[in-house]
Amino acid sequence: MIDLIDIYKIYLVGDTQIRALDGINLHIDEKEFVAIVGQSGSGKSTCMNMVGCLDIPTSGKYILNGSDVSKLNEDELSEIRNLTLGFIFQQYNLISKLNVFENVELPLIYRGIEKHDRQRMVEESLSRVGLLNRIYNMPSQLSGGQQQRVSIARALSGNPPVILADEPTGALDSKTGQEVLELLKQINEEGSTIVLITHDNSIAHQAKRIVRLHDGIITEDTALEVVKNEL
Amino acid sequence: MNFKQSFNMAIKSLLGSKMRSFLTMLGIIIGVASVIILVSLISGMAADMSASFESMGTNLISVSIRGRGGNITIDPDDMQELVDENSEVLAYVTPLVNIQSATVKYETENITTTCTGCNEFYPDIKNSDTSMGRFITYLDVEKRQKVCVVGSYIVQELFGGASPIGEQIKINGSSFTVVGVLEEKADSVEGSDDDVVMIPYTTAARLSFMGRVSSYSFSAASTETVEDAMTAINKQMGKYFSSSDYYSVFSASQALDQVNEMMGTVTLVLVGVAAISLLVGGIGIMNIMLVSVTERTREIGIRKSLGAKRRDIMSQFVVEAATTSSSGGIIGIVLGLFSSYLVGSLLEMTVKPSMGAVIVAFSVSVAIGITFGYFPANKAAKMNPIDALRHD
Repeated sequence: MIDLIDIYKIYLVGDTQIRALDGINLHIDEKEFVAIVGQSGSGKSTCMNMVGCLDIPTSGKYILNGSDVSKLNEDELSEIRNLTLGFIFQQYNLISKLNVFENVELPLIYRGIEKHDRQRMVEESLSRVGLLNRIYNMPSQLSGGQQQRVSIARALSGNPPVILADEPTGALDSKTGQEVLELLKQINEEGSTIVLITHDNSIAHQAKRIVRLHDGIITEDTALEVVKNEL
Repeated sequence: MNFKQSFNMAIKSLLGSKMRSFLTMLGIIIGVASVIILVSLISGMAADMSASFESMGTNLISVSIRGRGGNITIDPDDMQELVDENSEVLAYVTPLVNIQSATVKYETENITTTCTGCNEFYPDIKNSDTSMGRFITYLDVEKRQKVCVVGSYIVQELFGGASPIGEQIKINGSSFTVVGVLEEKADSVEGSDDDVVMIPYTTAARLSFMGRVSSYSFSAASTETVEDAMTAINKQMGKYFSSSDYYSVFSASQALDQVNEMMGTVTLVLVGVAAISLLVGGIGIMNIMLVSVTERTREIGIRKSLGAKRRDIMSQFVVEAATTSSSGGIIGIVLGLFSSYLVGSLLEMTVKPSMGAVIVAFSVSVAIGITFGYFPANKAAKMNPIDALRHD
């Protein structure tokens, strides 16, 4: 599903090279629930941008869903994001001028889906997160947890194979945060690949697999240890 | 994302901040309204002037001879010959002999009016007819008959409205028989075309003690042949006079053309001034759109992360700018039409709104939105989604 092969991302700040990703090799299978964990500055955000097709690597190869996306231009990346990825952000990132329905509808509009089908898909997606009764509310009328669930519904609306969650519980209290995590687990059970980015170990431990980043290098990958242990 | 969705989004965003949208539109509103007002008033003015020239007859060509030295007159027969020779472009000619301030007396009533000598073609040339009796005939002219046709003002003033046919009046002391009354042309007011007495030009020449005819009125065969007719007349006049300083040839349609040309120039200048205000309005839109793009950086990032391509973002902002400016355009058109009628009725001017101006004003306002929206939209479209998402 996701294959990062020798990924380097090097920024030039003045004369200094900053190696945000310093040779990452990561393979994530379908239906996995992976947490990428690391301190700030560890390169986890860069990693998330890379996996999320928001950025292209300086060198290396990224195979997403069978196709090489490391050499695509911006519009081609947009299309890949639209078709294969669903984003969940820390700050929900709902568009405040649009109501719940319109927010969830956005990825479908950009995909060019007919109005009739959009209506059905939005309702389906909102019922998965249990917010069908709030369909015409504005984001500001919802609580933080509800807003995050709307953003999960938005990520799900186009049925993308991969859900990318960037600190989804960061802005929520622990109880609501846990609810959101349970929801993500449930979505994973239903067949989606989930990549969760967090700095919080306790949250990371709820994932099936933990990938730890430090200074742009993977220092721990529980999947590999399982293999090691089996050996 | 199609146009309808972009448009709905634009409307939503305009209604979201009404005051700002209105202020953004204001430049366009003022620009469009002033174009509409100026064009309406100027075309009204031009229409008034055209109407007054047309009432003189667009086929009419006047020739006046100022003359010099010996040869200061032309035989009316020569002029008639000119018409006959150029019958495809010229229809009629009449000599005109004006006796200014002629005293007309009927019984004990006295009146001072304009007495004009002409021939039998005068009604055809001036598009006038008699409402009673008959006009001067060829025989009247040949025999120097002392007959006259009076205007409706004279009938009112001298005869108290009663039929004057067959009555005797005295013009500068000579007796004339009234044979006809001219149709009313200008509400029978003093000094107008109704305040006249027409007599045979031969009689008039004798009455004025000047045996000469110093002006002629021609009528061209049609409005289209006025130009050719003037050429023919000028050519003929050139044979009599060594310089064009000694005579002048004037046509109402030529004067009309000049007026229209002048009005066109005035319109162009004023519309040019109004266009500057449209330009300023456009810059205002660009300014606000740039602010709006910056404010909505995060929104742009979100949209891009959800799969919006450059052109989706581009069209969203261009359509928003175009919607702003065309809404301004529509408000400006309505305001402009309304105010031109208001100004017209206050200043008692003719207002003639032009559909063309409305269409042009609307298209220009849409074009302004697209042009001035392009730069901010491009800025938005080119944003890097990572930076845009991180923006607060």
